[in-house]
Amino acid sequence: MSNRHEGKEALPASRLSGLMMVPVKAVMQVVDVPLRAWQRLTGLTGMASFFLLPNMAVFGIFVLVPFVINFVYSMTGGSEIFLAQRFYVGAAQYRDIFDCRSYLDPSSCVEDGFWVSARNTALFVVVQVTLMILVALITALVLNREIIGRSFWRAVFFFPVLLSPVVVGLIWRWILQRQGLLNLVLYDLFGFEPYSWLTDRNAAFAAAVGVTIWARVGFFALILLAGLQAIPKDLYEAAEMDGTRRTRVFFRITLPLLMPNLIVVLVLGLIRSVQVFDEAYVLTGGGPGTSTMYLTQYIYEKGFASDLRDPGLAAAASILMGAVLVVLTLVQMAASRRNEKQGER
Amino acid sequence: MRKVILAAAAMGLLSSTAWAGDVRIMWYSDGVEGQVFHDLIDRFMKANPDIHVTIDDVAYGTVKDQLPVQLAGGNGPDIARVTALKALSQYWLDMTPYLKDADFWVKNYGDQADWMRPDGSKAITGFMTQITLTGGFANKTLFDQAGVPLPDAKATWNDWVAAAKKVADNQKVPYAIALDRSGHRLTGPALSYGGSYMDAAGKPMPIDAGTKAFITDFVKWNNDGAASKDVYVSAAGTTYRAASEDFINGQLVYYYSGSWQIPNFASKIGNAFDWVATGSPCGPATCTGMPGGAGLVAVKATKNPEDVAKVMDYLASTPIAKEFAERTLFLPASKEVIAGGLDFKSDDPQVKAALQAFVAASTTTSPEALKLPGWKWSDTYYGALVTRVSQAVAGEISLDDAFKRIDSDVAAKVAEAK
Repeated sequence: MSNRHEGKEALPASRLSGLMMVPVKAVMQVVDVPLRAWQRLTGLTGMASFFLLPNMAVFGIFVLVPFVINFVYSMTGGSEIFLAQRFYVGAAQYRDIFDCRSYLDPSSCVEDGFWVSARNTALFVVVQVTLMILVALITALVLNREIIGRSFWRAVFFFPVLLSPVVVGLIWRWILQRQGLLNLVLYDLFGFEPYSWLTDRNAAFAAAVGVTIWARVGFFALILLAGLQAIPKDLYEAAEMDGTRRTRVFFRITLPLLMPNLIVVLVLGLIRSVQVFDEAYVLTGGGPGTSTMYLTQYIYEKGFASDLRDPGLAAAASILMGAVLVVLTLVQMAASRRNEKQGER
Repeated sequence: MRKVILAAAAMGLLSSTAWAGDVRIMWYSDGVEGQVFHDLIDRFMKANPDIHVTIDDVAYGTVKDQLPVQLAGGNGPDIARVTALKALSQYWLDMTPYLKDADFWVKNYGDQADWMRPDGSKAITGFMTQITLTGGFANKTLFDQAGVPLPDAKATWNDWVAAAKKVADNQKVPYAIALDRSGHRLTGPALSYGGSYMDAAGKPMPIDAGTKAFITDFVKWNNDGAASKDVYVSAAGTTYRAASEDFINGQLVYYYSGSWQIPNFASKIGNAFDWVATGSPCGPATCTGMPGGAGLVAVKATKNPEDVAKVMDYLASTPIAKEFAERTLFLPASKEVIAGGLDFKSDDPQVKAALQAFVAASTTTSPEALKLPGWKWSDTYYGALVTRVSQAVAGEISLDDAFKRIDSDVAAKVAEAK
């Protein structure tokens, strides 16, 4: 009976799809002739290039050409915006950036702002990425357990990822500013005097790290959660039967099998951390002083926002930052390839 | 296919071509002036149905960051309200051949004409919609409650800091004094201390003893807790920060900003407390504020210079400029308007007194302060000042290093321009 019923429904569906295929087939027939001719002319490799062409054109126009223009900018001087009005200076912008008595002391450099922001970025990357991986791992481990309202908690941790970085920065500035929510709560509960969290060097740095972790941890926890769920359950059952301690299970089973996901999280986290801008810029404006000014903000200020605008220097700084990101991307690709090979074995 | 391409090309041309009679204005507002401006333009269009004026209301940041890019590309609006008048002066239109009466413009707006045209030019490019002057505001209620008398018109910066500190301590207010985070705001006091930025040839000179003396005092006030450190350390680079919200919320005793804050205070403070404008405190040399303001300028790339000039003639005319000033509570630039007297539209006696105080303070403006708005290196100097002073306030660099960096920042820009 059920088969008869299915047959009755299947007939109109197939007719419908047959009808829908008519225009597709018509188009196929029209393009088939020139495409076959083109294939005869160029061969199979030529056809592959032909189909890749639209994608490559988009990549070329929106990535490659701007990159080349940016490189040309880095070889020019002046505060004018358009290339035609700028003058060639060769590698002078790069020379200025690297003109330092000691790279560990930004004040000894001609472009002290670049080195201050590079140092701030390096410190931020080390602290933020370490803490974020730790928090993401703990979150994923907890969310992988049979806890009450597990779906709800998963949504809660993922929700900040959906927010615009500027909104994240504004919300936390509203909380952390001198007359903000945090000081109000601390005063009401404990009678603490209001404190300027965002104008204290250490507190502002901690805020920038904490807020970016809050905003991004859900995404990375999700990657780790997927990895945890892919670990075969029988390994844990075997360990339980052997009476293996929990810490040993974690370090001998969970962590090694989660390593491919952890490497992805590490590299993606590093790349995003080097690019930090929106949340930190809205939250602290780069202050107090320049203690939370990161490379991207330095480039933005030099290129667009400052009264001391210098687009050539901004372009040179962005090329150097791009080089760091290329290295990180190569590391990620190598790690992915290694994982694939291990998976094949 | 050819028809499609032709149609697309025609559409492209249409979208980038202004019709005769179209005038586009880029306008930003600090307070209520946008509403007043719209009203005035609506009346203009009723009287001149052949000219259609479109006002693009934008944030100040758009004018500051995006307009220069548009102008450099030969685009942009037909008219714009701008503060960086001198720096962009190569893009302004000389309206002289199109104006109804060029002499009227020279007579009434000639004093600020150099602020908005290239050095040596005699072009008429626009007019100031408002003249501003930097100066201080005191929370009189806090002074009265603390039993501390308000320092008089000849009081020095040190007098004001000492008095405000007494009031802040007595009234448990977090901040005694604050200056906006801006190189322009630091310049008035620096000149009062005897500072100067330009040499005899009109070129930037290394930071001098007067400017150093003020910066040294200013950093000390921040470190002592007399000045609100939050304003200067709250950002990096040349980012602008105002302390007006702290003053409006009664958290600040003495605030050094400018005359443009008057409408803002009138609407936001209301009857919450009494406040007074004090003019600029004195330094060892003089008691000067810094003049400035926003100008409305015609853009060279316009396709409709005659219509643009008609709109500008209307807005600069004496009755319209008078009405604009009276309704916005802005100090006007037009000599005829000033000579005819003004009846500012406010019932608040504090507003009228404050405007009067700024008019009185304008008489002590130093000659160098009057020159700086028309000096091409002003923004460079202001940018270097605010960036490096902020770092010194934050304790990142010493005062000596700050002075050296200000000099090298300015020198680098001057060398680049050669």
